[in-house]
Amino acid sequence: MTFRAATDRGLTVAIASGKGGTGKTTVAVNLARVMGGPALLLDCDVEGPNAHLFLGAAVQREAVIELPIPVVDEDRCDGCAECGRFCQYHAIISFGATAMVFPDLCHSCGGCMRVCPHGAITEVGRRIGVVRAFQDDNVELIQGCLDIGVPLAPPLIRAVKAQRQQRGLTLIDAPPGTSCPVVAAVHGADYAVLVSDSTPFGLHDLTLAAGTLGELGIPFGVVVNRSGLGDGRLYDYCANEHIAILAEIPDDRRIAEAYSRGHLIVEAIPAYRALFERLLAEILRQTVGGADHVNL
Amino acid sequence: MKVVFTTPGDTLKDPLDNRFGRAAKFLIYDLDSNTFAIKSNEQSMTAAQGAGVQAAESVVRTGAKALVTGHCGPKAFRVLSAAGVKVFNCSAGTVAEALAEYTSGKLTEASAADVEGHWV
Repeated sequence: MTFRAATDRGLTVAIASGKGGTGKTTVAVNLARVMGGPALLLDCDVEGPNAHLFLGAAVQREAVIELPIPVVDEDRCDGCAECGRFCQYHAIISFGATAMVFPDLCHSCGGCMRVCPHGAITEVGRRIGVVRAFQDDNVELIQGCLDIGVPLAPPLIRAVKAQRQQRGLTLIDAPPGTSCPVVAAVHGADYAVLVSDSTPFGLHDLTLAAGTLGELGIPFGVVVNRSGLGDGRLYDYCANEHIAILAEIPDDRRIAEAYSRGHLIVEAIPAYRALFERLLAEILRQTVGGADHVNL
Repeated sequence: MKVVFTTPGDTLKDPLDNRFGRAAKFLIYDLDSNTFAIKSNEQSMTAAQGAGVQAAESVVRTGAKALVTGHCGPKAFRVLSAAGVKVFNCSAGTVAEALAEYTSGKLTEASAADVEGHWV
């Protein structure tokens, strides 16, 4: 199967979930492999990137990502506190003495520097993590890895997404949940695939993720992983909400074994290759109308 | 000299709040006149982040030279230290008991934060 540029600006599909551990990365890496042609996969789960474990590729290049944070020139600062009044994150405060900076709280907006009437504030780079590129067969993987102790994931996620191609298909492996990192990862995607298991917990978090995507105006479908587990409520929910079920991955011990060894399902168990090819075709059908735009 | 106590209430009989940044109110006790005033900390209570920093700034602005509270994190401690406000960790049940412990010299000035900072 070869994917040809669907539109002039390319197609971006985010793989997300509410609940963690539902199989986002599994779906993302196997989809990338069955694309046939070149595939770009962005691992935006920067607090725990793991797609590279399944691709067995070496790092080709690495870039350190920094954010600007303020530094205060003590000679120029008269403690007027304009900076502290401006900062909604309490990352800089002043009370009659030289302003104090709290880098962990800073969102790098640059506002304090602009409002300072004395030109006492400049910016310096603070490292938050790295962006790495891997190449394995047809898959180019770009990964963000947040430094330990850094609380702010979205800027690094945006740095990873800046690598997105303007043509062809880009897959985004999003973090779990519905908080800022997830929004940063899926924002701007043309379509999202929500991976869920059919347990009550999976369904609960799926509804939260569906709500988030609804707010963002991103159309989505559901992949049921480990189907056969739990109960039927997930299916009832999708039917009632008119949410397409794109694929069902069985609760097969062989898949768990391949996963635990860091192997791709489509390579360890070739019988599953067709399932992921059908999933890819279904995603394309949902987004760009399918076969008209895809060279099968 | 003024001493600040963290509390959810409005009187000396009310509990001493274990938390600093997310405490509802500050009871500002004037040791010279034996009177007190209440200052709301609602702005920090509801802040998405930086509650400790903002609460510390608020305490500094009262002109108090000491803070008696349950726990104090690293960012708040840094602000209070820079402004010359001494921090006293205290496990007393009420503000009145904490005040008694403070005035009788039973409390030891903290040399560092006694708890970790929180993330958003």
